[in-house]
Amino acid sequence: MAMTADFFISKLDYVANFIRANSLWPMPFATACCGIELMATASSRYDLARFGSEVMRFSPRQCDLMIVAGRVVMKMVPVMQRIWLQMPEPKWCISMGACASSGGVFDTYAVVQGIDRFIPVDVYVPGCPPRPEQLIAAILDLQDKIRKTGTLFGKEFQERTTFDGPAPLHLELNQAEIVTAPGSYESSTRLQ
Amino acid sequence: MSTVDQLQQQFGSAIIRTESFRDNVRVIVTPEAVHEVLKHLKESLGFNMLAELTAVDYLNYPDAVDRFGVIYGLTNLDSGERIFVKTYLNEPDLTLPTVCDLWQGANWLEREVYDMFGITFAGHPDLRRILMPEEFVSFPLRKDYPLRGKHERHNFPVITRAES
Repeated sequence: MAMTADFFISKLDYVANFIRANSLWPMPFATACCGIELMATASSRYDLARFGSEVMRFSPRQCDLMIVAGRVVMKMVPVMQRIWLQMPEPKWCISMGACASSGGVFDTYAVVQGIDRFIPVDVYVPGCPPRPEQLIAAILDLQDKIRKTGTLFGKEFQERTTFDGPAPLHLELNQAEIVTAPGSYESSTRLQ
Repeated sequence: MSTVDQLQQQFGSAIIRTESFRDNVRVIVTPEAVHEVLKHLKESLGFNMLAELTAVDYLNYPDAVDRFGVIYGLTNLDSGERIFVKTYLNEPDLTLPTVCDLWQGANWLEREVYDMFGITFAGHPDLRRILMPEEFVSFPLRKDYPLRGKHERHNFPVITRAES
């Protein structure tokens, strides 16, 4: 009997994964130039519709794949987190481009050094900006991940209780790394 | 009689000095007189548009004497003339009178200067941060503010997958 039950559950997972993987609905969280490549990916030449994820919806309630394309500034983090929380389960996240994945060249006070410090990310796409082919490859990778690890009721998500990304950069920067003009904040008046 | 001459006649010692470089006319005034000068420029001399309002931090700038400069760029829409009114501020008194009563457009410009440099504008109707988040405490365009910030960007809650 046990054998039969195992077999049955596994097949339902397979069917669910088959359906989910082939109809990912992306939520384009496009904040910068990666968003242009994201649009190109969805357009006729690169044709994301071949892989079943052409339905870009601008409402998080209707989507199950958040594609964060572009740099995210500090002030945008609460917005991004809220959009992510508003998406219904099951959902996945692609971090597209160098800026979304690591901050890219923008290592300044206002720019988040990788969105995975604040929300869970499934697939990273390198590039500045990535080619549409790279985004398609990421979506194929994500489909592969869904087929291999997906479960009917999303058990694989409940297991991810620890934070996936790097720690939110609590390290103290040493003096050489803190790029600042010499001068003291207290004695900053020139007339002394 | 040029605009600068008229200003000097009208305000005298409130005009610290005037400069000009290739049509670029600058009038450096004392912080106390800046509102009066701008009002005179708008109402009597026809400089009816506030084209820009910005600030500069002169910390570590060669030969600079004062810490902050606040710059008002005015345009005369009829003649196309431009004039720059500049005033210098030093800590701890970083307050200027608002010019929102002269130009409504100064509202957001003054908020931006406040946001980036911490210069307050007395009488401003709604002096809040405009670009940075409200809980931000520093003034990031000051030269003594580190490029990578003072850990402001790391204080957000973190969402794990199981929670979301």
